[in-house]
Formats: sequence, structure tokens, C-alpha cells
Amino acid sequence: MSDIKKFMYINRRAPYGTVYAWESLEVVLIGAAFDQLVSLAFIDDGIYQIMKGQDTSQLGIKNFSPTYGALGDYGITNIYVEKESLEERGLTLDDLIPLKYEDENDNYAEKDSIKVVTASELAKILEEQEVLLDF
Amino acid sequence: MSTLHTVNKSPFEKNSLETCVRLAAKGSTVLMYEDGVYGAMKGTAVADTVKTALKTMQVCVMGPDLKARGIDAAKLLDGIKVVDYSDFVKLSVENDKVQAWL
Repeated sequence: MSDIKKFMYINRRAPYGTVYAWESLEVVLIGAAFDQLVSLAFIDDGIYQIMKGQDTSQLGIKNFSPTYGALGDYGITNIYVEKESLEERGLTLDDLIPLKYEDENDNYAEKDSIKVVTASELAKILEEQEVLLDF
Repeated sequence: MSTLHTVNKSPFEKNSLETCVRLAAKGSTVLMYEDGVYGAMKGTAVADTVKTALKTMQVCVMGPDLKARGIDAAKLLDGIKVVDYSDFVKLSVENDKVQAWL
């Protein structure tokens, strides 16, 4: 039996009002470092975690949004964003940080990690996972 | 009696903004800060609630909290005033009381 499992981290909270988003990101990076198959979903207010142009300098707290840019280097290439959550918030893909990865099976071509999916598509993706963690 | 109403939770996570707008009297000031600032954006499912408030109340939003969350001024509903934390202090003093919708 393989020790590698399909992990899905479900992010449903806005980034700075609570510690959930930051804690999730830490656990995600640890999971990926242990060579598990990690994918992420941003649903509900979780979408706000990957909004472009975050600048916390006036609040004196850490802006951890640049860290999402490192996910590709940790082999996390599947980042799902729920279409319905985007629309409810008046947002589009252009409002999000353009997260990329280098595809080693395609001459290291740079590709988009973010996939905008509908709720029913996401339901199928969740069904394929072995471990689900909600933050 | 003038009242400052504050909302610091996302309108998609809690109904504080909705209840605030429903129960705040005309002429009140509503201040959105922390995760409450997501309510100030254009095109959201709660934009109509804020537009209703704008007709009879002054609606303010915390600039440093917008900046932290990557929300540009161009994304705000028309008529919302951007303030900072020293303005928050002034608003607290100028009004007779503060109602914090948690």
C-alpha cells in the first residue's frame, strides 16, 4: 500500500480577522514537504486569502499572501476556486494572485495553478480525495 | 442622540452588517472595519444592503484594513467614505454612543 495520500485543504475564511488562513498555509506547506499529493480549495471567504495587492504595512501585521506564490515550488499545482463564491463577492479571476507552477513533464513550461470550478465540479473533486482538512 | 455603529465581521460569515443596517436610525454613522470592510465592495451579494444604508446614513470604511486585504478604492461602492484609525477615535468621541455589532 502506498503511503502517499490525496490531501485536500479547504480554505473558507478571510485572511486577517482570524488565524485560520495562516494556520492552514503552514499545515499545507508541511504536508507538501512530506511528499503527499496536496491540492487546495478556496471557497466562501477563503477566496479573499488569495486576493491581489494585499499590503498590511499600516496594520503592523505580517502579509503572508506572497507565500501562496511558493506553493508551485512545493509541487502544489491544483488550486481550485469555486465560481459561485467568486460571483457572490463580485470578484473575477483577475482579482486573484496569478499562482503558477513549472510543469516538469512539459519542459518546465509555466502553467496556471488556479482552476475556477463550479460547485458541482468541486463536489466531484472532493469525492476523489482521501483526506479532507477544513480551515 | 447620535450613534456610531461598527461592523467588524465579514457579511458572508455573519449577519451583523444586515442587522446593523436594519436597526440603525437615520442619520447614524456606520463604520466597517477589520473583516467588515468586505461589505464595502461593489458587485457583491450584500451591495444592496449597503446602498440602502447610504440613502439615510453616513457609511465609512477603514482604509488600512482595505489596504491589508488588497481592496482598491475603485472597488468601493460610491458614497462610502474611507477613514483611518484616528478618525475612528474622532467618530467615537463625536457620537453620543457606540454600538458595536459583533
